[in-house]
Formats: sequence, C-alpha cells, structure tokens
Amino acid sequence: MGNLAEQSASASGGLSLPARFARALQKHWELYLLFLPIVAWYAIFCYAPMGGIVIAFKDFKVLRGIWASDWVGMKNFSRFISSPAFRSTFANTIIISLMNLAFAFPAPIIFALLLNEIRSLIGKRFVQTVSYLPHFISWTIAGSLFYMMLSPSTGIVNYIVRFFGGSPVNFLGEGRYFRWILVISSVWKGLGWGAIVYLAAIAGVDEELYEAATIDGAKRFRRIWSITIPSISNVVVVMLILQVGTILNSNFEQIFIMANATVLSVGETIEYYIYRVGLSSTNNFSLAAAVGLFKSVVGFALILITNAISKRVSDGGGIW
Amino acid sequence: MKSYRKTPGETLFAALNTLFMAFILLVTLYPFWYIAVGSVSSVAHIFSQGMLLWPDQLSLAAYEFVIGTKGVSSALGNSAFITVAGTLLSMALTTMGAYVLSKPYLPGRKTMTLFIVVTMLFNGGLIPFYLVVKSLGMIDTIWAMMIPYAISTYNMIIMRNFLQAVPRSLEESAMVDGARHFTIFAKIYLPLSMPVIATVTLFYAVGYWNSIIPAIYFLNRRDFIPIQVILREVLIQSRPEALQFIDSATSQISENIKMALVVITVAPIAVIYPFLQKYFVKGVMVGSIKG
Repeated sequence: MGNLAEQSASASGGLSLPARFARALQKHWELYLLFLPIVAWYAIFCYAPMGGIVIAFKDFKVLRGIWASDWVGMKNFSRFISSPAFRSTFANTIIISLMNLAFAFPAPIIFALLLNEIRSLIGKRFVQTVSYLPHFISWTIAGSLFYMMLSPSTGIVNYIVRFFGGSPVNFLGEGRYFRWILVISSVWKGLGWGAIVYLAAIAGVDEELYEAATIDGAKRFRRIWSITIPSISNVVVVMLILQVGTILNSNFEQIFIMANATVLSVGETIEYYIYRVGLSSTNNFSLAAAVGLFKSVVGFALILITNAISKRVSDGGGIW
Repeated sequence: MKSYRKTPGETLFAALNTLFMAFILLVTLYPFWYIAVGSVSSVAHIFSQGMLLWPDQLSLAAYEFVIGTKGVSSALGNSAFITVAGTLLSMALTTMGAYVLSKPYLPGRKTMTLFIVVTMLFNGGLIPFYLVVKSLGMIDTIWAMMIPYAISTYNMIIMRNFLQAVPRSLEESAMVDGARHFTIFAKIYLPLSMPVIATVTLFYAVGYWNSIIPAIYFLNRRDFIPIQVILREVLIQSRPEALQFIDSATSQISENIKMALVVITVAPIAVIYPFLQKYFVKGVMVGSIKG
C-alpha cells in the first residue's frame, strides 16, 4: 500500500511531504546529525527560556517548580508599574540612552570624517590601529582604568583640575557625574571601533569625484560637505535607526562595573533592576521576569516602529 | 589626491586635525602607559607625581606579589581554562552549524537558519535563562561560564557566509571520489577558510577572557571565579581580601600592586592585539555582507 502510494507519487512528479523528508534524511543524514547538537543547544539555552517567560504570570516558587506554581495573571506587571522603581529605572535608561545618542553616536562619525582628512597614510593607519584597542579590553579593565584616571588622589584628571586651581573631585562617588562618566567611557571604548563602518563607506567613494571637485575649485570643507558626508549618510541613517530601536537597552556590563551604591539612584537601568530584584538581593524571579518581558515587548515595538520609519526615509532602506 | 595650492585656512585645519589625532592617541594610550609605569614604580613615586610619566625604578616586586597570592593565581588558572576550553567548544559547535547551513542543496536549510536567527530577535530574558542554567545543575560550576554562552549566532552567520563562497564543484568532485563530510571539511573547507576561522576563534577567545557577567550571575562560591572578578573586587570595590593573602593582616593594597593586576589582566589581549585588529576588521566586513 505504502509502496503503491510512493509509486504513484513519484509518477506524478512530486513526493508527499513525509516521503520527501525521508528521502532527504536518507541522503543527507550526516549533515542533519552534525546539526543536531546545534538544535539541542538552541532549544535549551534560547527556546526553553522563551517558554520560561510564563513565570512572569505566576507566583513562581522554586520548590514547587514552574508548572505547579500559582497563576497570578498580570499581578507582577501591575506591581512593577505601580512601584517607584518603574519611573526611576525607565527614566534612567532613557536618559542614559539619549545621552549616548547625542554624544557617543556622532563621535565615531566625526572621528571617521576627520581621520579621512589626514594626509599621511602611515599616520592614518597608526591612529586607526590604536583607536581599536579599547574595544578589545573588557569593561572591567576599562572601568578599572577610569577609576584610576579619576582618582581624587593619584588620577590625572584631578591633577589637571588642581593644575587649573580647582579642588579634587570624587567623580565616581557623586551621582551627578555618573551618567557623564558612562557616556565618556562609551566614547573612549567605542570611538575607533564604531568608526570602521563609516571609514569603509568613505573608502568606497570614487576618487574622481574629489579630483573633479578640486578642479572646479572646491575647497576642503566644501568637498567634505558635498562629497564625503552624503556618501556616508545612508550608513548613518541605518546606524541611527538601530540605535533608536534599542533605547530601552542599557549596557548592563558597563553599568554593573562602574556603578556603586551612591550612584544607583541615577544609574539603575531596567536591566540592572532585573538583575538586582531577580538574582542579587531578593530572588523575586516572577517580578524580575515580568519586568524583563515588559521591557522586551516595548523594545520590540520600538524596533518595529523605527524600521518602518527607516523604510520610508530611505527607499529600500530598513533593516529587514 | 591632486596637489593644489593650500589656503591659510586649510593649513590651519590640517594642523588642528593633526593635533586632534594626537589628542586621541594620548587619551587612548595614556591609561595603559600609566598602569605599565606605575606597576614597576615605588608607591611613594606614584603619589609624589602629579602626572605619572616615567618610573623611578624597574621593580617586578608588585608582579611577584600579585601572582603569588592565592586569589590571583587560581583566578588566572580559571580564566585560562575557561578561555581555552570555551573557545574549543564554541569553535566546534559554530563550525559544525556553519558548515551544515552553508550547503545550498540541503532540504530544510531555510527553516534551520530561521531557527537560529530568530534567537537574535527574541530571547527569554535574564531570569528564565538563569532558571534553565540552574535546572541543569550548572550553578557554581565552571561550565556555567562556557556552555550557556557557547554559540554566538552572529559568529555562526559570519562563518556560514564565508563557507558558502567555497565553490561547490570542489565538494562535488571530492564526493565522487567517495569522500565523507568530515574529510571534505578537513581537506577542502578548512584550508580555504583559515581567515574566517582565525577571526571567529579570536572573537570567542577574547570574549571568554573578558567575560565577567556569567560569573556574576552563576557563581556564588569562589572556586571558579575568573580574573576579571578579582580585578573588579580589588580595583573598583577596594576589597583587598579578594586576593586571599597568606598574611591576612594586610588591609590595603598598594597602588603599584593594583596596576600590576590590571597589566596582567590586559596582557593576553595586548599580546594578540596585532592579530586581533587585522582579523577583526576583516571579520566585521565579512559579517556585513548579507548571505
């Protein structure tokens, strides 16, 4: 019977789905077998946690397990939204993101534009090579370096402050400097690395354009303004949209390293709050999971919106 | 570019621009110079200099002391193990996955690619992830530092894109000769894809050496903590007990010892940096080409 079905299927030119599957499996079983550990890893470490989100709607008790714990509906969400932490963590996250957008985002663009104007090829290469270095060190090392540079007693920054007649400032112990330190350390760590995409876009510009402009009497600023900047504007738009879409994300590692108890009121972002409530102090898994889900949903909506805008702004643009 | 007569404004711009680049170099490199100089200097020298530029001596005492402490020596061992074992694990899985996904003729390839790419957009968040790792019994084991982070989807896609470019005819002729996939990979793909293998290996190795967050999430006991955790405790939290001296009466860690610790932690990155920056930049470019 099965044989007959198969015969008629092959006679009609196409196999049924299970038969096609069996044939593919027989022919390529080695490749599928190779892929099995990959599937298992993704199932365990990516898909199982997605299923675990249900604890956001439960009163999760470790001893009872996920399924036996009681459903509580939206209670965890309403508890978070009505808590003071909701306003402060969202405000901190968004303010830090906007500051990064205003300063850390344009910095690599400006750096790329200026670096491109350096005549000496060796000099250009050297600056570029050095500028990548901070990208490869950990935030722990970067944070340690910042703590030393900003130290009130031995740090070079306070040396400069004293040199100009000021009195030493405890930069990392005061809340009002904390967000700026985050932005400055982001710039320090990401300047050279962030410039790569822009330098690549600039490198793609036809040299003849510059030559023609020079013959027409265009000075350096005019060439930057009319040739270089337009040539990277597409890349800038895409990068900007990506950045706006992640406005609710913060760099947990950076903040975790740089923050201390005295600056938490201005530095505690949503992600830091999830860590603190869920893993660090109270082990309130359900509340922390609810905050995480809330953030993901809002964040995903933001990405969809920014992507839709990008499609409109640049034709054929959009990230997907 | 063609030579042309410079206006005074352009000369000024060029001068200011060069000055700006010098400033960037200074700001980037001075912190590294500072720790290198300070780590071989005397403590008195560090405090007497407003701006540390040169060492007053070339003493390795701070290094000897730091490496001699139980806290640092065991953490360095942990970090080395995590980096080597983690990178091997990651490379094995990533290469396998990328190789399979690079086969254009494989039925179901699109679904399989989607299966892994979806995880770049959605994830369960920290708490469910933590509970999975906990339920696997990995809390307070060194495996929690590697296995949950073994695959980077981004790296797998980079590698797949590269492997896809290997001409199919090479594989077909080898198959005619009766070669199996293992031989095909080892004899054909591996030699052709050394640049991307080097890039991705470095990506993973640097990531493992630098990683601190898994230790913060998953390690409560101190048996397996990596060097980055010690660095944070000593430099940022000022907790001298992290070093676990034999003489527990020491209540403060002198400045040159702190600097030596940073130098030790940064050293592996600095040593491979010439390769890093060559391959990484290439890797970023490969990754930006959609496959």
